[in-house]
Amino acid sequence: MHVEAFLALQNITKTFPGVVANDRVTLEVRPGEVHALLGENGAGKTTLMSVLYGIYQPDSGEIVLRGRPVRIRSPHDAIARGIGMVPQQFLLVRRHTVAENVALGLAGTPVLFPARHVQRRIEDLGQRYGLLVDPQAPVWSLSVSEQQRVEILKALMRGAEILILDEPTSVLTPQEALGLFAVLRRMKEEGHAVIFITHKLDEVMAVADRVTVLRKGRVVDTVPVARTDKRALARMMVGRDVEFRLPKAPATADGEALAVEDLWTRSDRGLLALRGVSFSVRRGEILGIAGVAGNGQREQVEVLTGLRRAERGRVRVLGRDVTNRSAREVFEAGAAHIPEERVRMGIVPRLSVAENLVLRQYRYPPFCRGPLLDPEAIFDFARRMIAEYDIVTPSARTPARALSGGNIQKLILARELSGEPGVVIAAHPTSGLDVSATEQIHALLLRRRQQGAGVLLVSEDLDEILALSDRIAVMFSGEIVGTVAAGEADRERLGLMMTGQRG
Amino acid sequence: MMRIGPLEVERRPDPPVTWVLGVSLLAILAAMAASGVIFWSHGVAPLRAYGVIIRGTLFNVRALPEVVRFAIPLLLAGVGLVLAFRALFWNIGAEGQILAGATAATWVALFSPVPDPLKLPAMFLAGFLGGAAWGFLPALLKLRLAVNEVISTLMMNYIALYLVSWLVHGPWKGPQMRGFAFTDEFPPAAQIPLLAGTRIHWVTLLLGILLAGAVAFMLARTRLGFEIRVQGESLDAARYAGIDPTRTTLLVMLFGGGAAGLAGVGEVGGIHHRLLDPNQISLGLGYAAIIVAWLARGSPLAAVLTALFLGVVFTSGDVMKVALQMPARVTDVFNGLILFWLIGSERALYYRVRWVPRREAPAPLPVPDAGAGSGGPGDGE
Repeated sequence: MHVEAFLALQNITKTFPGVVANDRVTLEVRPGEVHALLGENGAGKTTLMSVLYGIYQPDSGEIVLRGRPVRIRSPHDAIARGIGMVPQQFLLVRRHTVAENVALGLAGTPVLFPARHVQRRIEDLGQRYGLLVDPQAPVWSLSVSEQQRVEILKALMRGAEILILDEPTSVLTPQEALGLFAVLRRMKEEGHAVIFITHKLDEVMAVADRVTVLRKGRVVDTVPVARTDKRALARMMVGRDVEFRLPKAPATADGEALAVEDLWTRSDRGLLALRGVSFSVRRGEILGIAGVAGNGQREQVEVLTGLRRAERGRVRVLGRDVTNRSAREVFEAGAAHIPEERVRMGIVPRLSVAENLVLRQYRYPPFCRGPLLDPEAIFDFARRMIAEYDIVTPSARTPARALSGGNIQKLILARELSGEPGVVIAAHPTSGLDVSATEQIHALLLRRRQQGAGVLLVSEDLDEILALSDRIAVMFSGEIVGTVAAGEADRERLGLMMTGQRG
Repeated sequence: MMRIGPLEVERRPDPPVTWVLGVSLLAILAAMAASGVIFWSHGVAPLRAYGVIIRGTLFNVRALPEVVRFAIPLLLAGVGLVLAFRALFWNIGAEGQILAGATAATWVALFSPVPDPLKLPAMFLAGFLGGAAWGFLPALLKLRLAVNEVISTLMMNYIALYLVSWLVHGPWKGPQMRGFAFTDEFPPAAQIPLLAGTRIHWVTLLLGILLAGAVAFMLARTRLGFEIRVQGESLDAARYAGIDPTRTTLLVMLFGGGAAGLAGVGEVGGIHHRLLDPNQISLGLGYAAIIVAWLARGSPLAAVLTALFLGVVFTSGDVMKVALQMPARVTDVFNGLILFWLIGSERALYYRVRWVPRREAPAPLPVPDAGAGSGGPGDGE
């Protein structure tokens, strides 16, 4: 059975100085299919799609659309040819309504009141594809998944026959992801082609018809999803067998590591972000905090690590009250912090790897003597950490920003864990990292737990929470709606709790 | 990456030193080209004008010491600004800090009971403190009340200006000056010694060079320097590391203001020997020091060179007046243009441009889809 390819990328090669991002990549997409593009970070997925969307020009190779070779010079060009993209970071004007956002830049809308003109069509398309959203609502009032629907609507309104979705589920709850998959199936039935970029195997199995696996810029294979399984895909993606569940010794929890009592705080906008949160983490256990982004997790981590003031409540680290103490005091009381904003907060991008490794301890011997730093001692320490934590860097003097995301995270873990803290507060420790780096980070967190630290793991990745945690607490709207033992937790139940239903 | 004809343009977060130098030089050349229009409109051929200026400054034994004379205050104020900019404090107030230093030194020279042998050291100390106070206030306003420092430091300049103006017209007006708005001349013990035959007050020069070295060392090798660098690169990371921005910012502005204050001491103690009309003391040196710091790209040692360069610009004012019969104020226009081009070229620092002529394109295939936009240069279907 041969179906005419709708779109074919043939032998696309794209190099950047020193890197071959795409090496003779060939990819065929048929009408009415969801085609997954699977690969680790840096495998070349985004580069390939940028070539297709006209952001980059390929060094060689060609794009064939409906049987004819074409050259796509710009995103504008791509849209004119029926290719739409839903980016990871939404490009929406937050103060404008949905209809205004859709009308913005849309050809054929009148100069005056363009939003009115598109309102009906938004509703029609919404009905047809299950993309329900109020065209009158301002974008800032929408949830992330609703904003994603607006991005998809934007693409459809511009006549997209091929829709590229870049890691679309990273911002969604499991239930919302299922909703998105239903939309994609509707689009498929209507004859659209969908290219679905992901590094999550479950999603490929759940929604895709065929999958093309990229590794180090090359196509490993294209296979029908019906004829493969997770294990085989993982092997293709990483190039070796992957352990889905790291071996984990039973918890040896005893004694309190971190305790939180009736914690209240406000967000930057002055709204209540935490409303009476209480929990405790024992030594030798990992407490996972699950929840959709924006339900108080960020503010909770900030209060616990001394970066935000608590309005009420207590925080104890290893028995010491550290409520509203500075970040430095909290760290010195024994609580390490692996921050959510890896590059913005976790490192100083232009400072060297060595200087970043002593960011917490530069003011203590042996790294300084009196007011003077001791470069010798700093570099010695850095070289030890680079070896011990397997940080891939040209040298200890390299600016930290030159490192890959995984190595930046290993640098942060090396710094935070080298002092053997009794409490580890890790926020989204593997978001955006590839499978190998994720494995390494997980192993480090588990080792710290094994050595008797209490770990608070905040993550939106349920698989990560399920794989690592001993107990799981779910946050919704600034409160903990319930805590379940890892053995009794499953995605279904956690997903319901993430929408606020008491567990 | 982007392609413009045969040029490939590409982002590069860590530009090499040669590129930074190249872009800075290009910015200066662009400013010279733009100022050429002014010469031309005065009926002076721009190339000839630059020839005259370069011969009149760099290749003139009488003019070279003048270059150094202007470089002294520019270096002192510039080093202070380098430090402030490294800590992301946008100090536009070196002008006022210079005047504050000059005023404090004048008080010591004319009205204090300090014995003669201690006059000069006391003047430098007072000047430093005066400038430091002028820098400290905006820092405090920013930290406590979130007042934008660009506005407050700029406004502080005017406060200093009118304060000096009031002093020389009023309470400090010299009885021996017969109606001129000057203070009396400083006693000999309060005059900074000059290198013979020049206006180079070498004590201040030495101070400037020492300070540049000290700041470079402080940034690279001390805890405080580390904290300033962390804060200057990422406020979030500084908060995370527990660095107190109040402490670093206040220290930076005390020091930066103090350094500019020393420049003021040099001007009144070494050149004028009196406090006079504020515009004749500072001559816009405090604003030009912003260019010194910006050209130095955060390096206190590089400020020694950039201060000399701006010294040439200041000296060229006299050359223009004498040799070309043009107003000396053209140098202000030139300074403005340099800063304009420097800041304008900032983005260019972080891009690499490469000459990559396109390989021979394959024979064009039939265009499948008309109306898909017209082909750019070198763009084959």
